Amino acid sequence: MWRDSLLVAGKDLRIEARSRVGLSQVVPFGIVALVLFAFALGPDRALMTKGAPGLFWVAVLFCTVLAVQRSVSVESVDGARDGLRLSGLDPAGLFLGKSAAVAAQLVVLEVVLGAGVVLLYGASITAPWLIVSSCVLGTIGLAATGTLYGALSAGLRVRETLLPFLFLPIAAPVLLAGTRIWQAGLAGGTPSYGSPWLRLLVVFDAVYVALGIVVFGPIQESA
Amino acid sequence: MAPPAPPHPAVFLHDAVALSGRFPLLAGVDLEVAAGETVLVEGPNGAGKTSLLRVCAGLVPLASGEAVVLGLDPVRQRNRVRRRVGLLSHASHLYDDLTVKENVRFAVRASGADTDRIGEACERWGLTGRLLKTSASKLSAGQRRRAALAVLTARWPELWLLDEPHAGLDASARETLDQLIGEAGADGITVVIASHELGFVESLADRAVTVTGGRITGRRALVAGPGGRTDAATGLNGGAEPAPTEEPVDRLRPVGPGDGTDEVAHVA
Repeated sequence: MWRDSLLVAGKDLRIEARSRVGLSQVVPFGIVALVLFAFALGPDRALMTKGAPGLFWVAVLFCTVLAVQRSVSVESVDGARDGLRLSGLDPAGLFLGKSAAVAAQLVVLEVVLGAGVVLLYGASITAPWLIVSSCVLGTIGLAATGTLYGALSAGLRVRETLLPFLFLPIAAPVLLAGTRIWQAGLAGGTPSYGSPWLRLLVVFDAVYVALGIVVFGPIQESA
Repeated sequence: MAPPAPPHPAVFLHDAVALSGRFPLLAGVDLEVAAGETVLVEGPNGAGKTSLLRVCAGLVPLASGEAVVLGLDPVRQRNRVRRRVGLLSHASHLYDDLTVKENVRFAVRASGADTDRIGEACERWGLTGRLLKTSASKLSAGQRRRAALAVLTARWPELWLLDEPHAGLDASARETLDQLIGEAGADGITVVIASHELGFVESLADRAVTVTGGRITGRRALVAGPGGRTDAATGLNGGAEPAPTEEPVDRLRPVGPGDGTDEVAHVA
């Protein structure tokens, strides 16, 4: 399983490095979203700082949809998905590999968007460990759910519109918990308020990673 | 002394029915392919040749009937079957953003095969020099086909399922393919070839089966062995598998809801 996941993650990241879709489209999309949110909130610095955590996670969520759609679409050209099935790769390894590749892209995105939040919204971080923990756990959850629902929509003609519809409601706990943890970790927040939300993210990740490992194979066969 | 016979046929299908939604792909196929045999599957467009190969590869589950491939259930033990089967289909299964070498290497490693043969396989299919470092998006259809064949050559699985293998290849590549199929046969590999181009393929196969309307409707033994066959002795049930159904198959219609059966309906 681990060997297969490394192989698949390496393949997806290599494709990403070649096509540069993540760097040239997904990350800029995230930055544009942050800037537009800033315009929408107006010049009120206090309001922007207050809204920064939620806006950060909303931007991450939208970018996750793009990253997952890209991850699915590379397998839809020239029968590549059938090629993966035919290779006899362990479905759990395939799920973990594709999730890891999406997660790696999200980490880069979150670093850029995090810097954007600090610069654009004037947010200052007082509990970096909370911010980092929320990003790590949130990324795992988003990548796992995104990959799972990406596989569900993979064989459908309407996957571009169906994926956000399926994924965004499911990812709402990550948005909620991530926002609360960031509020606790930014200036004016109370770090101890972040702990319960961190636990929620741990549970969310455990559920969806386990679910993905179990059901990714059957989903892939029926998609 | 002759080598002991393998304990099971490479492919065994009995009354195999496969559906795509409500549409029948296979309508009760009986086929047995012995290990080491090369079999041609012929038939008109839409007859079920590709579906037959996909069932053997474990890509399409059976709605009813029985399938055993290399002694394994191609659905329940699909990963074990797939690692031992090579399917050359209409698609090349290449990633446009990877180079030829990266594509071949990934496919071979993913199937768990040894990577030692990759260089030799690529060379055999003319994938050398700068072409190896070219991204798949820049390849012609014939070059993509060669890359897919290089994967098969490097993997060297036990059962080859070749769907229109000569399509898109130039004369020299067709010759290479014919040689390769001959070598595979000599190496004890089972080869099932679905093709319209009988002129190319008849000389490679031990026998032919005809698929029509999702069923085997004819069988004929081909006279000479791989590399030397020039003509065929026609006749029903010339092969080793069970006798074909006497029931005429003219066309099929999708099974309607409430039919009370998962069998395929036949319309005479």
